[in-house]
Amino acid sequence: MATPTFRGYRRTDGRVGIRNHVVILPLDDLSNAACEAVAHNIKGTLALPHHYGRLQFGEDLELFFRTLIGTGSNPNVAAVVVIGIEPAWTGRIVDGIAATGKPVEGFAIERNGDHNTIAAASRKAKEYVHWASELRREECAFGETWISVKCGESDTTSGLASNPTVGNMIDKVDAMGATTCFGETSEITGAEQICAARAATPEVGEKFLKTWSDYNDFIMANKTDDLSDSQPTKGNIEGGLTTIEEKAFGNLEKIGKTTKYIDVLKPAERPAKGPGLYFMDTSSAAAECVTLQAAAGFTVHLFPTGQGNVIGNPIKPVIKLTANPRTARTMGEHVDLDVSGLLRREMTLDEAGDALLDMTVRVCNGRLTAAEVLGHREFVITKLYRSA
Amino acid sequence: MAAPHFLVHNTADTTGVVVVEDVEAGDELTGWVMETDGTVTVKARDPIPLGHKISLGDIKKGDTIIKYGHDIGRAVADIPEGGHVHVDNVKTKRW
Repeated sequence: MATPTFRGYRRTDGRVGIRNHVVILPLDDLSNAACEAVAHNIKGTLALPHHYGRLQFGEDLELFFRTLIGTGSNPNVAAVVVIGIEPAWTGRIVDGIAATGKPVEGFAIERNGDHNTIAAASRKAKEYVHWASELRREECAFGETWISVKCGESDTTSGLASNPTVGNMIDKVDAMGATTCFGETSEITGAEQICAARAATPEVGEKFLKTWSDYNDFIMANKTDDLSDSQPTKGNIEGGLTTIEEKAFGNLEKIGKTTKYIDVLKPAERPAKGPGLYFMDTSSAAAECVTLQAAAGFTVHLFPTGQGNVIGNPIKPVIKLTANPRTARTMGEHVDLDVSGLLRREMTLDEAGDALLDMTVRVCNGRLTAAEVLGHREFVITKLYRSA
Repeated sequence: MAAPHFLVHNTADTTGVVVVEDVEAGDELTGWVMETDGTVTVKARDPIPLGHKISLGDIKKGDTIIKYGHDIGRAVADIPEGGHVHVDNVKTKRW
């Protein structure tokens, strides 16, 4: 397939977005109500309510700021209004996002109250919406797309067909100079040596094994059983997956046959080594992982599912594919691409990869995904430990 | 070949995955071995749902289960050829 182009929004920092959101971003749980009020007042804005931002500390606080600043900085976001309970941490988020050059302004509730804050933030949000609505898409090389992958409610059809379809596309777009990302640290358990061997250098492989080992140690220290109620999930087991090892080998099919990852990222860390495949240390819970990848700057997501995970993300379109014929039949409204024909030998893996690439280009050009049309906007912050 | 009843990732695998609905005990099943584009046949011993695994030979308690050409766990009960391979007779070696 020839290298495709797409029409995207080029931002001040040079990155390219495929959506043009004006985001109303709460610093903390206390500011959700004001953000939702602004989003109600000003059509064309998007509030991102969440549960955290108070009394966090240490590495957990660093991850929190990286996640919120990264979300606001994502090229799918045109402009941001930040609302926080107090001005200092609100300003830290604003300054972080402002480094991209995009319009952003912060509002603090203390000494103003919700009413005055909502009024002032609504005026700014209205200004941003008018401005963003006149931005125009322009022709971009496909390699400027940053693509993340993560599967969910997997079953054996995921490892047989839908994950290899993603892998086939990853191999193709790697050659086109795309920046791509996989994660799910705990879910590589059983295949960790195979994954380590897919690193571009022995040093990167060692970095992966250290990351995996730390996560596994955390699970071993906290588990109360063999995790057969959690990982694989009940849905995985219903779909025929029996052990974490089996799930891991299926999971790894998403990175294709030839592509090697060039670095290991912390959760929500922005890639810094140029185009290529990156591994990110993430939870295997769908919304947590997809949120972290969006915060690192990824603009479109490939999500293979077996039993039918319905996830979306507020700022990053999530393209869902399945190879399970029953899921395609009974949950069709959630499925952007049906590759169950692979199991019936009606299509080849190469054809399935091309079909996914074609769908991805269409979504980059503006086609709304099933998750976007159905209003799935799961935004879930990863929290490392209790607050102080 | 017509649409297969089950798929096998690698020739070394001791299990395949049923990819059609409503397999009943006694059904003669045809499988596609993806690694070699080969064909294998097995008679189902149990009803096996879509996506669940079928044993390609007699597996003894304690044996390692092979899928993707790799170790995916251990048998905790004997499983006859054509049997349903799942959480009642296979456990992780990890957690």
